[in-house]
Amino acid sequence: MSDDTPQAIRAAAIESLLVEKGLLTSERVDDVIERYNERVGPMNGARVVAKAWCDPAFKESLLADGTTAIGTFAFEGGEVDKLVVVANAPGVHNVVVCTLCSCYPWALLGLPPRWYKDPAYRSRIVREPRRVLGELGLELAREVEVRVWDSSAEVRYLVLPERPAGTDGWTEDRLAAIVTRESMIGVEVVPGQ
Amino acid sequence: MTDHADRAFDLSGALAPPMTNGELVFDAPWQGRVFGMARSLAERGVYSWDELRERLIAAIESADAGPPTAGRYRYYDHFLRALEALLVARGLLSPGELESRVRAFADRPHGHDHSH
Repeated sequence: MSDDTPQAIRAAAIESLLVEKGLLTSERVDDVIERYNERVGPMNGARVVAKAWCDPAFKESLLADGTTAIGTFAFEGGEVDKLVVVANAPGVHNVVVCTLCSCYPWALLGLPPRWYKDPAYRSRIVREPRRVLGELGLELAREVEVRVWDSSAEVRYLVLPERPAGTDGWTEDRLAAIVTRESMIGVEVVPGQ
Repeated sequence: MTDHADRAFDLSGALAPPMTNGELVFDAPWQGRVFGMARSLAERGVYSWDELRERLIAAIESADAGPPTAGRYRYYDHFLRALEALLVARGLLSPGELESRVRAFADRPHGHDHSH
């Protein structure tokens, strides 16, 4: 299917000029897209969360120094120069935003979802987080404290959701499969199983 | 931040948050191409990712400050503008050659709509 929107034409024009100049090849662009579509994604973050649920020592080091703790996973994708992991707990719910643009821990979560980049989410989650979370389907009890973390080029945040009830004895792999991207941004919780 | 953005927060429509892990990231192939080009050039060290990010923040700020546009928020429009601005600022692309290439591509025959 051909795409002849002005943006598509402009993108194709830029690509053809950059290829002619020897600055990139179309194959390299293909490789990058494939890498982000298939090998960098929320499954990486889910593995980290599942390990933290199973291994208290790992959880402790993850919360103390996220960047170092995830080094053992050797994820591709970069963009996690400094990772700060914030843990949900009874009475505390964390949610992440980037008010300036779309900073996001790519290596752990892949590319940000569309709504994360939306100007309304970026502005409103800071001003009225409880209400926005409610609109997203997450009703928090009044006594739960909501903490909003604003990402930047320097610091990326990942929410460590609470391990849901009904998962005693589960393996890390089985746990990782129920951890959603949204729960690691903090707009939902992992439901009881 | 600006307030007009509130109106655009349509949770039932195209901006509804996907609740599965397997969402497609790009709405159209060109968005993937733009992202792939931007990443490739940064990985090759042609510029740093931070330089592109600064351009992206500027592009989004000017869009946020302007009148609201109809329809879906066009994140990759900003991304495209940011990449273009950075390439031009770095002297890797001239506005003239880009415009003439855009015209050439836009004029590529569709057959039926070229009556001259």
